[in-house]
Amino acid sequence: MTASGRPSPGRRADHLAISRHIRPGELVLDVGCGDGQLMELLQQDRGARTRGLEVEQAGVNRCVAKGLAVVQGDADRDLPVYPDDAFDAAILSKTIQEMARPKFVLGELSRIARRVIVSFRNYGHWRVRASLLTSGRIPALGANRAWWSDGARRPCTARDMAELAEELGLSLTAITAASGATGDRRSLTRFNWTAEELVFVLERGERPGALLSAAPEPSQHDP
Amino acid sequence: MTAPDLRSADGLRRLVIATPDQPLRLDGGRALDHVEIAYETWGEMSSRKDNVVIICHALTGDQFVASDNPITGRPAWWPRMVGPGKPIDTDRFFVVATNVLGGCMGSTGPASIRSDGSVWGAEFPHITIADMVRAQIALIDRLGVEDVFLALGGSIGGMQVLQWTVQARNRVFSAIPIASAGRQSAQNIGFYEVGRQAIMADPNWREGAYLAAGRRPDRGLAVARMAAHITYVSEAALKRKFDRRLQDRQSVGFGFDADFQIESYLRHQGQSFVDRFDANSYLYITRAMDYFDLAADHGGVLANAFRGLSTRFCVFSFSSDWHYTPEESRDLVRALNAAGCETSYVSIETDKGHDAFLLEEPNFEAAVTGFVDAAAEARGLPARMPRS
Repeated sequence: MTASGRPSPGRRADHLAISRHIRPGELVLDVGCGDGQLMELLQQDRGARTRGLEVEQAGVNRCVAKGLAVVQGDADRDLPVYPDDAFDAAILSKTIQEMARPKFVLGELSRIARRVIVSFRNYGHWRVRASLLTSGRIPALGANRAWWSDGARRPCTARDMAELAEELGLSLTAITAASGATGDRRSLTRFNWTAEELVFVLERGERPGALLSAAPEPSQHDP
Repeated sequence: MTAPDLRSADGLRRLVIATPDQPLRLDGGRALDHVEIAYETWGEMSSRKDNVVIICHALTGDQFVASDNPITGRPAWWPRMVGPGKPIDTDRFFVVATNVLGGCMGSTGPASIRSDGSVWGAEFPHITIADMVRAQIALIDRLGVEDVFLALGGSIGGMQVLQWTVQARNRVFSAIPIASAGRQSAQNIGFYEVGRQAIMADPNWREGAYLAAGRRPDRGLAVARMAAHITYVSEAALKRKFDRRLQDRQSVGFGFDADFQIESYLRHQGQSFVDRFDANSYLYITRAMDYFDLAADHGGVLANAFRGLSTRFCVFSFSSDWHYTPEESRDLVRALNAAGCETSYVSIETDKGHDAFLLEEPNFEAAVTGFVDAAAEARGLPARMPRS
């Protein structure tokens, strides 16, 4: 996927933010791995073992030619190809907002991997809120384009993402902004105001929803 | 290189891989005490013997992957894939292809002569894909090959590739099963049973003893080939090539002549096939395909077959293949993933059906090239020579 509106020649900031949550030697699935940049980074910097899932033929061929293991498939449909607990971590790098079935995909990933790492654009950022409040328009994050030509198919905020995680019984154990700032579940409100891109580390099981229900900022969504 | 290399007057190259002292034991419980395997090679084995590529042919293929067949006069069957500068570059790799056990292009099979001077015919023991691979491994052992850099093949050749990784455990560095499956589907058993029944219904088959009688069950074998050929192509490809167009006529003839181009084409496929293939070989090899079920051999769990393998896999399927469907390849990929194997899966969008792997498919060839080059680098083999 090439969801980034800011093509950068070097390493993507969100990739670096993701890599901090991967431990050496872990087996990692990168969903929507494109041409394998993140997998290369994880191998080089973290000594991780990687597998990719990519829908586009060109990306698949480039991964294969780099010696990266990649399965051609569509995350919305083909995740059942992976068995339970096959991976230490599964990564959705700026793809969840492009999915037809984000809840299904996230649920599948939490079945496949103990830890799911999701990076996404945060539409809760103050500029978005200010723009909506003052002009009634959503600014295109990261790009100066019209809403129909760029941006997420499913714009959501950090709090929205946390809500989906809770719905699936996943704990939000760490938050990292693409800027490098880190925090945990208690920092959600601050990050929701200040971060344009976020990385969530979601873990299955132990304390389903407990932290979210204790969140200081009350939910503004209907139950 | 202990066994005698029999380069016969017929132009075929053979090695004896089983003798009365060292018979080939078969899955069916019987053993063969004389087995010759016909094979061809291209390129040169490196001093480290680390550049060996095994190519496994499909049902009606043979060992003439990259050079013309001197017996049939037919051209090499995979020139797009194998040769100098091709994805399987014979300037870099030592490529070995055999005719399968039970085949009819020089390897021991039902058309071979027994020790008592008679033809095996339908008394030839039943064989499996594992038996074919057992014979191939025996052959490369005699060629002095220890490890295989790459095994690849399509269809039943892909079944052999999977069997290679399991049988020559961790002697296969990389594997490319193409348009294949971990087991023969009920649909395919059904189709091949139709073919076998056509052959056995031909009065010339004579319970398999037709070679002594001097007349072969050509009509039955041709029907078998025609029926099977339909499964090798897609409806879209048939429509593109023939649709309902008529053969050398302006209107239908109200008879059973080949009115339609598709009929004429299939009749030609059937006729040209009987000239080069032995009907009993067709029976035995299709039966071996039916018996193929890698999961059943491993406690009913396909992943168990691959657990602990260090082989890196690249599985290919073609979107319009209804003979060995993409779903079957995905099942295979799921099992490989479950076993923790380093696995890639490439699904090629095409309307050419099962036979796409033999035809021009640039994305397929590019992906094979990429996988092979990356595997070669990981194996420490010299890089591909740039060609102008």
